[in-house]
Order: sequence, then structure tokens, then C-alpha cells
Amino acid sequence: MKKAFPFLLVIVAAMFAYAPVLIVGAPYESEMGLIQKIFYFHVPSWVVMFTSGTVCGVASIRYLMTGRKEADRLAQAAAELTLLFGLIGLMTGPLWARKAWGVWWQWDAKLTSALVMWLIFAAYILLRRFGGPGAEKLAAVVGIFGMANWPFVYWSVNIWRTVHPLTTVVPTLPGSMLGPLLFCIAAFLGLYLLMLVARLHLERRRADLEALFLAVED
Amino acid sequence: MSFLQTAWLVTRKDLLIEARSREILYTTLFFAVSCVLVFAFGFVREGRPLADAAAGILWIAIAFSGTLALGRAFERERQSETLRALLLAPVDRPALYVGKLLGVCLVLLAVEAAVVPLVAVMFQAPLFGHPLMLVGLLAAGTVGFAAVGTLFAAMLVRARSRDVLLPILLYPITVPVIIAGVRGTAALLEVEADLQVARMWLSMLVFFDVVFLTLALWTFEPVMTE
Repeated sequence: MKKAFPFLLVIVAAMFAYAPVLIVGAPYESEMGLIQKIFYFHVPSWVVMFTSGTVCGVASIRYLMTGRKEADRLAQAAAELTLLFGLIGLMTGPLWARKAWGVWWQWDAKLTSALVMWLIFAAYILLRRFGGPGAEKLAAVVGIFGMANWPFVYWSVNIWRTVHPLTTVVPTLPGSMLGPLLFCIAAFLGLYLLMLVARLHLERRRADLEALFLAVED
Repeated sequence: MSFLQTAWLVTRKDLLIEARSREILYTTLFFAVSCVLVFAFGFVREGRPLADAAAGILWIAIAFSGTLALGRAFERERQSETLRALLLAPVDRPALYVGKLLGVCLVLLAVEAAVVPLVAVMFQAPLFGHPLMLVGLLAAGTVGFAAVGTLFAAMLVRARSRDVLLPILLYPITVPVIIAGVRGTAALLEVEADLQVARMWLSMLVFFDVVFLTLALWTFEPVMTE
């Protein structure tokens, strides 16, 4: 991964530089016009958030079963990135919703389940930060429960809303818009991978440093 | 000693302590009553409660007082390090979890037995129209809430700032229980009770219980090992 890192960095940087060209080139959505373009960054950030949440959950299971520190570091890095990309989604979403729906927030299944997921991972970070020694094991349980919880949240919110139906503008994507979207999703996933590796590296260094400190003190 | 015997011993111990002091039951019960009262000021206008308010208030009172009961139940174990003693006992760890869970559920069900009539009276809600369905929803919801809550409260015993961390962790994860409980109860409270919708929410609650009980039983052992 160390060798591949600079390559990936260049590729992702190039992709992000080229993304605006593709986004400008994509046709305007007939009803929403310019505001629809936020989608090319909004959807990828959610895709990354859910990928990252799953990575955190799987790494948590691994840590709880094997007790390997490396899995715990991966879970922590993934949880932090879940929070970051979720925040991008939570900020860009209302900007679009204000124009498309006329309100900043809608209690729709996707919005609500994403918010609940984001809260769970915020709780994960809070637990690690303020839980004191031994909090990483407890955090692993939260990671697993968070991942297992997502289908329940989505399903229950979905039915809660369909019992009281709501007419929303559901954009359907033609091919000329799908291309740039997939491109952006790939770029975001690349960025995610870069940040995850960098964060993991930082955490490894910190653990090494701590071990050295302990060795000196002994 | 069998699994169920161990679980029952732990539950009996908790109930015995509770029967002597009645601390958790009384404090939780009065907390739930104050909750209902506070919400009444927000959701009753000119003597008439808002539509669906009763179901929401009932479940919020259960969730809030449940958090309080969970915190107290494990604070008691922490004070004299009795949780460590329990964990040292040569028995199945998951049995300890089941025992504590049963104790918490029984206290919560006792609280609900008082809060449900109170809500029914104060919000003019026909909560007793379909008693069996309501009991099913309450029982399944309580088990789901307490299954996640007991695990989290147990593992937070050794953590710093546990008082505030418990609700922070518990509420987002039990969102499905609250939604299912509130919507299921609201379906029962309609002029023509919608039993089909209530049954659907009940089955979802049972499904949630099964998944999260399994997860909790599986994670209790590694997480409580120091």
C-alpha cells in the first residue's frame, strides 16, 4: 500500500480536477436546473459514508473476535471518516432540498436513516473520546450494533412514512447524468481509501510512539 | 448449574434487593409520571390532546425512565464492586446478562403497568380497547429496549462519563423500537383500531428483539472480559 499510495493520490487528484468538467458537461435536469448538480457530490458522499460504516462494523467484529489492535485502528479510522463524509452529505442534502422540496429537512426514509446512522457513529467517537481506558472494546460493540441496526432503521422509517404518503420529487437519472455520477462516486471512494490509509498510518505511528515511551520509562 | 438457573439466581438477587429498598421502582415510576406531566403541557391544547400524542408520550416516558432504571441497576453493582464478583463466578457469562436483563424488564413492566392507565386517563386515549395487542407491543418493545440497554449499561460500568454516554449510545440504536412502539400503539388508538398495522409493527419488534438479543449474548462475553 505504501508504494501504491502516491499513485492513488495522483489519480484521485486528477479525478477531482476533472470532475467539474464532467459535471458542467452533464445536461441540466429539466425541473430543478442548476441545483441538481449538487447531486454529483451529495450521492458519492453518502455512498462513501455507508461503505465506511460497513468497514467499521466488519473491523469491529474482527477486533472483538481476535483482539487484534490493527482491526481496532481500522474501525476507528473508518468511524471518523463515516462522520466526515456523513457531514458532507448532511450539509449538501438540505441545500438541495430547500430548492427542490421547499424545505430544509424532510422526514423521509433515506434522510432519517442516514441521520440516525450518523448519530450512532458520532456516539462511537464520543465513547472512544470520553469513555476512558478500555473504551475501544465498548466502541467495537457500538460499531457492530450500528451496522446491524441500519436495515431496521431504514425499514421502520420507510414504513412510518409510507403509512402517511408524501409526494416528493424523485429524480430519475438518464444515462448522460449517470456517467458523471459514477465517476464522482469512484473519485470519492478513491479519496476515502487515501484518507483511511493515511489515518491508519497515523494511528500506527501513535501506537509505536506510545510503546517507545513505555519502554523508555521502564 | 444450568444456564437458566444461573440467570434466575441473578434476577432473584436483583428483585430481592429491589423488594427491600424499592429504590429503582419508586424513583423510576415517579420519573415516568413527571415525564408524562411535562409532556402534557406541550401537547394538550385547550383541554384536548393533539392527535397521536398519547402513543408518543407513553413510549418516550418508557424510554426515558428505562434509561434511568438501567443506569441505577448497574450503579448498584459498581458501588461495592459486585459486578466483578459476579463476573468471577464460574458460570456462563451470557447467563449473567440474561439475569440482569430479566430484572430490568420486570421493573420496567411494573412501571408501565402504572404509566399506561395514567396516560389513558390524562389523554383520553382508549388504550384498553385491545389489551392483548397493547401488552404484546409493550412487552416486545421493552425487551428490545432493555436488551440493547442492559448490554450497554453493563459495559459502561467501567467507563468514564457513563451517565451521559448511556443515552447517547442507546437512543440512536433503539430508534426502530421507538418508531415501532409509537406507530403500533397509535394504530390501536385510532377511531377504528387498525389491527393489521399494529400486528406488522409487533412482528418487527419481535424481529428486532431476536436479532439484538443474539448480538448481545454473543458480544457480552468478550466485552466483559478484562
